Amino acid sequence: MLELRNISFSAETENGTTKDILKDISLTIDERFVAITGPNGGGKSTLAKVIAGIITPTSGQIILDGEDITGLSITERARRGVSFAFQQPVCFKGITVKDLITLASGRKIGVSEACQYLSEVGLCARDYINREVNASLSGGELKRIEIATVLARGTKLSLFDEPEAGIDLWSFNNLIKVFENMHEKKGGSILIISHQERILNIADKIVVIAGGELSRIGTKEEILPELLGKAGSVACPTLSEKVV
Amino acid sequence: MIDEIQKNLLREVADLDSLPVGAYNIRANGEKAARETTENIDIVTKEDKNGIDIIIKPFTKNESVHIPVIISESGLKEVVYNDFHIGEGANVVIIAGCGIHNCGTQSSEHSGIHSFYVGKNATVRYVEKHYGSGDGTGENIMNPTTEIYMEEGSHMEMETTQIKGINSTVRHTTAKLGAGATLIVKEKIMTHGTQLAETDFVVDLDGDGSSTNVISRSVAKDKSHQIFKSNIRGNASCHGHTECDAIIMDDATVAAIPEITANHIDASLIHEAAIGKIAGEQLIKLMTLGLDEKEAEEQIVSGFLK
Repeated sequence: MLELRNISFSAETENGTTKDILKDISLTIDERFVAITGPNGGGKSTLAKVIAGIITPTSGQIILDGEDITGLSITERARRGVSFAFQQPVCFKGITVKDLITLASGRKIGVSEACQYLSEVGLCARDYINREVNASLSGGELKRIEIATVLARGTKLSLFDEPEAGIDLWSFNNLIKVFENMHEKKGGSILIISHQERILNIADKIVVIAGGELSRIGTKEEILPELLGKAGSVACPTLSEKVV
Repeated sequence: MIDEIQKNLLREVADLDSLPVGAYNIRANGEKAARETTENIDIVTKEDKNGIDIIIKPFTKNESVHIPVIISESGLKEVVYNDFHIGEGANVVIIAGCGIHNCGTQSSEHSGIHSFYVGKNATVRYVEKHYGSGDGTGENIMNPTTEIYMEEGSHMEMETTQIKGINSTVRHTTAKLGAGATLIVKEKIMTHGTQLAETDFVVDLDGDGSSTNVISRSVAKDKSHQIFKSNIRGNASCHGHTECDAIIMDDATVAAIPEITANHIDASLIHEAAIGKIAGEQLIKLMTLGLDEKEAEEQIVSGFLK
């Protein structure tokens, strides 16, 4: 179980002023599948990075299974069971897909096991296992490999930062299936930042973060209708008229 | 004849646990330690200076030559001339390498001067590894010079690796390519401590349709210093590409000086050079997989030099 207590984070802007990016966020995650959504620039990614230890909050506490992990490094948190799939997967030179999945699993694994994780994210494993994790792979392929590393870790808390970003429609449909499967099979909690209705639709709980604040929290039945209605109403009126 | 230290050096530079298959010449502490020739590959000691001639008959297929050099005597300094005559249409692998184990106080130094005469339509893969060990204060120094002459339609790949233990190395490589010849160079270097590594490639693309690709990947740690120079001259209708990619760590310094010269209207030449520290996001990614910073660094460096 993950608990965030009064998390705030402020950063200095280019012109020297301080900007509050997260404002006093308190949140408990003990459901299997929790989605965080909200407008761009609202602080969602920052929050995920705070949980993974990549960003240190200005104030507040992060409690994982009763242990205060606020002062722990990225590595220590990873070893305690936090996994993080980046919004923009990192490219390497020389490190292969097999290397990365092996490192993620934390032990020596055979080709067949590594392939299994790739197959789970819809990649034909043989074609990818020896390829380098670099820009020769498409955005969608990199995203799926990123997700496969989290699967290979199989930890109690998995964070995904907009897994659908930068993915074409065809790949997206496969991706949704990955998360649907994960929801059915995997133990532990999944925390996923997403704008996609189909992902929000399989969430046990939806958290809306806007302007650095926790603005709404509830079940999809409570949140989704309001969210979708609102999104419709803020669309440019001229555009709406033209569409009609 | 070959002791444990020398066996270890052989393993490092030539992946050899026992005597190799095919032709070989093992030079240990300045002397010939073992030699084997085959029907198609002859190895002859030079009469006028230190070194050997390696003569590969035309159309020799799928044979290999190992010519490792090992030095375990502190203070030994040698200059060795090895000439490779690769006959027309041959297809061979040549594995050279030099290992120095220095536990004394004097510098050990090996300068190998290798000349390659690659015949028409011949294919050569040349692999060279440099390795140094020993806990003495004496330095391990290697200054290899490689001269390559490629005839029409020939193909050569040269892979050089220097990962550990060489205090100072200055490498000069020159090549002249005939029509349709191709030269690919892959260099990997890692320096640490106060080591110096300088490499200098000059490739003349003299024949129409010739091409070259010179790729260097290096990691400079501690207070080491590296200099990479390359000059590709397009003297005909040709393609040339040179790429230097270096990771810099600690207080190391790296200079990359790529040069391309087009002396012909149909010469197409490209150079790329990049130097930088390990990207922070690469470290972070591996740390989120449970590696600590040092482990993450090691993985990134070993992947980079793989």
